[in-house]
Amino acid sequence: MKPQRLNSRGNVEQVMKEVKSQASKGAGHGKQGGLNAEIQSRIGHQLRAMYDDVVRQGVPDRFAELIRKLDVPKPDAQVESTGDPDDGRN
Amino acid sequence: MPLTDALRDDILASVPSLRAFAISLSGNGDRADDLVQETLLRALANIDSFQPGSNLPAWLFTILRNLFRSDYRKRRREVEDAEGSYAKTLKTQPAQSAHLEFEEFRAALDKLPQDQREALILVGASGFSYEDAAAICGCAVGTIKSRVNRARSKLSALLYVEGAEDFGPDETVRAVIGGSGG
Repeated sequence: MKPQRLNSRGNVEQVMKEVKSQASKGAGHGKQGGLNAEIQSRIGHQLRAMYDDVVRQGVPDRFAELIRKLDVPKPDAQVESTGDPDDGRN
Repeated sequence: MPLTDALRDDILASVPSLRAFAISLSGNGDRADDLVQETLLRALANIDSFQPGSNLPAWLFTILRNLFRSDYRKRRREVEDAEGSYAKTLKTQPAQSAHLEFEEFRAALDKLPQDQREALILVGASGFSYEDAAAICGCAVGTIKSRVNRARSKLSALLYVEGAEDFGPDETVRAVIGGSGG
């Protein structure tokens, strides 16, 4: 059983485009302080885009089942495929 | 504390961010999920040592971080071979330019020293306070702050300095890059 693979939801792509367009505008700025702040903000965006893209994938069945199984000591408990991958908290 | 339903739900709710942390650290989807699985097994096996009312995500992140570090030492050479494999874990390739941009960011992140990378991810992406991040990494709050700052400076140098002429003379960044030495 393979876990869910990472899949891009277009979000990273979107942020990267925004970041890129901001970057080209930002490069024309004369003020170093302002540019530095902009760059830091871009880096923050990119980091969160990468991270949140995975967070949004929710809980793969593999882990939902793992936690459920270990939680229920009885062997006859319903641990089949009631996995709920959409359990992502919002 | 015993594994109550509420606690189980809380652990489950932490899985998405644990995966994001693991992938950000390792840059490899399969390996990240193995890390998460190992983390969950350890957490559940040691659930009695979890203090009710304390920070569950921080506790889980600590386990994952320690597993990653011990694993990392063992597999250092393999990891180098697998460098850049993050992109291969993407089912749908983003459009070319955005994809390159993303690859660039990922590659720059991978160039950071591990201490700096984990500090930056914990504070900048996972949203932990400096205090929690310090507890997770087992170091002082000031150490975390300086690691995060160095990580940010180094990333901006790697990603943006060459393309932005005005940014070149920034002495703070230069000093930091010069001082971090690898």
